[in-house]
Amino acid sequence: MAYGAAVAHDEHDHHPHGWKRWVYSTNHKDIGTMYIVLALIAAIVGGVLSWWMRLELTEPGLQFFDGETQLYNAILTAHGFVMVFFVVMPAMIGGFGNWFVPLMIGAPDMAFPRMNNISFWLTAAGLTLMTLSLFVGAGPGTGWTVYPPLSSLAFHPDASVDFGILALHLAGAGSILGAINFIVTIFNMRAPGMTLHRMPLFVWAMLVTAFLLLLAVPVLAGALTMLLTDRNFGTAFFAVAGGGDPLLWQHLFWFFGHPEVYIIILPAFGIISQIVSTFSKKPVFGYLGMAYAMVAIGVVGFIVWAHHMYTSGIGVNARAYFTAATLIIAVPTGVKIFSWLATMWGGSIEFKAPMMYAIGFIWLFVLGGVTGVVLANAGIDFALHDTYYVVAHFHYVMAIAAIFAMFGGWYYWISKMSGRQYSEGLAKVQFWVFFIGVNVLFFPQHFLGLAGMPRRIPDYPDVYAGWNFVSSVGAAITVVGTLMFYYVIWHTYRYGKTVSDANPWGEGATTLEWSVPSPAPFHTHEELPVIGPTGHHHSKPAE
Amino acid sequence: MRRVSLETVFGLIALLVVGLVLSGGAATAAEPVPGLSRPWEIGMQPAHSPVMERVHEFHNLLLVIITSIVVFVLGLLGFIIIRFNARRNPVPSKTTHNTLLEVVWTAVPIMILIVIAIPSMRLLFFANKAETPEMTLKVIGHQWYWSYAYPDHGDLTFDSLPIADSEIDVKAGQVRLLSVDNPVVVPVGTQIQVLVSSDDVIHNWAVPSLALKKDATPGRVNETWVQINTEGTYYGMCSELCGVNHYFMPIEIRAVSKEAFASWVEEAKQKFASRPQPAVAAAQSSEQ
Repeated sequence: MAYGAAVAHDEHDHHPHGWKRWVYSTNHKDIGTMYIVLALIAAIVGGVLSWWMRLELTEPGLQFFDGETQLYNAILTAHGFVMVFFVVMPAMIGGFGNWFVPLMIGAPDMAFPRMNNISFWLTAAGLTLMTLSLFVGAGPGTGWTVYPPLSSLAFHPDASVDFGILALHLAGAGSILGAINFIVTIFNMRAPGMTLHRMPLFVWAMLVTAFLLLLAVPVLAGALTMLLTDRNFGTAFFAVAGGGDPLLWQHLFWFFGHPEVYIIILPAFGIISQIVSTFSKKPVFGYLGMAYAMVAIGVVGFIVWAHHMYTSGIGVNARAYFTAATLIIAVPTGVKIFSWLATMWGGSIEFKAPMMYAIGFIWLFVLGGVTGVVLANAGIDFALHDTYYVVAHFHYVMAIAAIFAMFGGWYYWISKMSGRQYSEGLAKVQFWVFFIGVNVLFFPQHFLGLAGMPRRIPDYPDVYAGWNFVSSVGAAITVVGTLMFYYVIWHTYRYGKTVSDANPWGEGATTLEWSVPSPAPFHTHEELPVIGPTGHHHSKPAE
Repeated sequence: MRRVSLETVFGLIALLVVGLVLSGGAATAAEPVPGLSRPWEIGMQPAHSPVMERVHEFHNLLLVIITSIVVFVLGLLGFIIIRFNARRNPVPSKTTHNTLLEVVWTAVPIMILIVIAIPSMRLLFFANKAETPEMTLKVIGHQWYWSYAYPDHGDLTFDSLPIADSEIDVKAGQVRLLSVDNPVVVPVGTQIQVLVSSDDVIHNWAVPSLALKKDATPGRVNETWVQINTEGTYYGMCSELCGVNHYFMPIEIRAVSKEAFASWVEEAKQKFASRPQPAVAAAQSSEQ
C-alpha cells in the first residue's frame, strides 16, 4: 500500500492505523486511494482479457479458443463489465471524485463518510463476484448487454449470469450511494463564496455525473432484477412464451446504458478542463458554456437510448426521432472541444505529461466523436451496426479517451496525493508508447467495420486478416505502454522527488486543492476557506 | 520556407481527403464474387442493391464532412501547439469570453447537422420497406444456422448450414466461415420483402454489400427488403451475439436471373421435398 506509506507520516492526525485505517475508513482521501488501487487491480484483469482476445484475433482460425468459443464470449463480456464498472467508474468517480471534490469546494470531507465506506466495499464485492462469474459453469457469454433470451435460463443454464447480475447489483448500489453522497456534498458543503457558478469544472462534471447515476442505475437495477426473477422464479418479463418481450430488456438496458457512457466521459471532461486550464496558464474559456454543455449532454443523454437498437425492429418513425436527437448531442460536445481549444489559444502552454494526455484526449475524442455522428444515422446502420466500426468508435470516444483522462489526472494530481512527483521523462515516453499503441490498435478497426466484419467473433473470414494483424500489433504496443504506466507508479513512490510545494504547477493551477500542502494531510479545510468574488478563482482564506 | 511547408501540408490533407472519399466510394467494378470484401479493404463493400447504393452516397457525404471537421480541429490544435507554447508565447492572454465566437461554434455545427439530417432521413425512409414487393422471403434464425422459406413458391422451405473449415472446397469457390450447404437463391432485379424472425435467441440477418441487417428476434417478425442488381454470390455473417457458434453462422445469397430462379424453385421443391412440412404448407404446394 504505497499510497498509505506516503500519507501515513502525517503524525499529527488522529486516525486508526494499520488495516483498520483502510477497512473502516471514513476519510475521503483514503477511500479515494482505495478506489484508485481497486481500479489499478481491475485494469489488470480487464486488460489481460482484452489482450487475450486480441491475441486470438491476430490471425484467422481459432488459436486459443478452439471448441472454447463460449469462453471467448465470456471473456468479452467480462472485459466490458470490468473496464466500465470496475476500472473507469471507480478511478474517476470513486478515486479522483472522492479525493478532489471536497478539496476543490473547500469541504472537510464528503457529506456521508460512512456511506462513502460502504460504497467502496460494495464495489469491491461486485468486482469479486464479477471475476468469479468467469469461473462458474461455462461463464457468462452474453456480452455486457446481457440480451435475453441468450441470457435466460434456457441458454445460460448455470449460475454464471446470476453471478454477473448480482455483481452489477452490488456495484450499482455502491454507485447510487456514491451519487447521493456527491450531490449532497456539492449542494451543501461548498465553502463560503464557492457559488455553483464558481465551482471548478471537475466538480460540475461530478455533479452532472452523480445525477446521471442516480437516475440511470436504478433502471438497470430494476431490469437486472426482472432478469434474475425470469431466470430463477419463473417470471416472464422477457420470455415470449410467457407473454414477455425481449425488446423490453433492450429498452431498459439502453435507457441506463446510454447515460452510462456519459457517466464515464463526463468526469473525463472535468479532468481535461482542469488540466488544459492549468497548463495553458489561462482560466477556462467560456466557463458557463462549458458547465451547461455538460448539463445539456446529461439531459439529452437520457432521450437517445434507442440509437443502440436501430436494427432491432423498432418503427421507422422512432428511428427518425432517435437519429435527430442523437445528432443534437454533437452540438454541446462541439462546444466542449472548441472551448478547450480556445482555452489553449493565447495561452503559454507547458507540455507536461498531464497536458500531453489532455491533448491526446482531444485527438481521440474528435476522431471518435465524428464517427459517432456517422453512427447516429439509422439509415447507415444497415451497414455499420454491430461491426468493428462501432468497436473502433466507442473505444476511441469513450474507453481510451477515458483512460487518457485517467492517466492525465494521475500525473496531474499524484504529487498532491502522494507528496512525490513523477519523472517527466519517463512519463513522456509512456505517453508516446501508449498513444501510438492505441491508435494503431483501434484505427484499423474502422476499416474492418466498413468492410463488414462483425464484432464479438473469435474467428473471421480470411479477407479481414490484414488489418486484424495490424490491430494486434497495436495491442502489443499498448500492452507495453500500460506496463510502463505501472512502472511509473512504482518509480514515483520509490524514486519520485519529494514535493514540498503546495502547488507544483505554478500560476495556471488556481483551484483549491493546490492551496493545501502536498501530500494532502489526513484532514483538510478544517477551517473553511473563503472564496473571493473574482470569478471562480479562490482567494486566500480569511483570517 | 513557411509557404512551402504550408502547401505541403495542404497537399497532404487534400490527398488524405481524396483517398478517404475514394475508399468510402469503393470500386463498383464487377468482380467474381460481388458480395465479399477484399484483403486490406479500407472502405465499404461495393453496393449491389438500391439501398446500399444510397448508403454509399450518404457515407461519401459524411466522410467528406467528418474528414473536414477532423482536419480543421486537429489542424487548429496543431497550430495552437506550435504558436502558443510557453517558449514562443511566455505571457498568456486573459481572454475568457467571446460571445460571437461562442454563438458561431454553436450555430455552425447545427447547420452541418441539418445538412446531414436531410439525406439521412431520406435514406432511412427509403430503406424501411419495399414499395411494391414482388415476392417474400422468410428468414428464421436458429442456434446456429438459418432456414429460409418462400411463401410465394409453394412454401419451399430449407435449412442453410455452414460448411466446416475442414470441408471447405476452395476450388469450388467456397469461402471459409462464409459458405453454406444450401445458399438462399433469389432472382435479380426483383423487389423482395424479407421477413426475419428467430426460434431461440436473437440473431441478426446481415449482408453488407446489400445493406441488409435486421434482428431475428423470437416472438417478433421484422421486415426489411432487398433488390439485388447483379447476379452473383453475396456473403454475410450473423450480427447479433447468439452464443457459442455466433462467429460461424454465415449467410450466403445467390442472385440469379429470373428464369434461372424459376427452374431452381422446381429443382429445390424436389430436393427439399423430403423435409417434413407443416400440413398447411403441404396442402398449398399440392394445389399449385
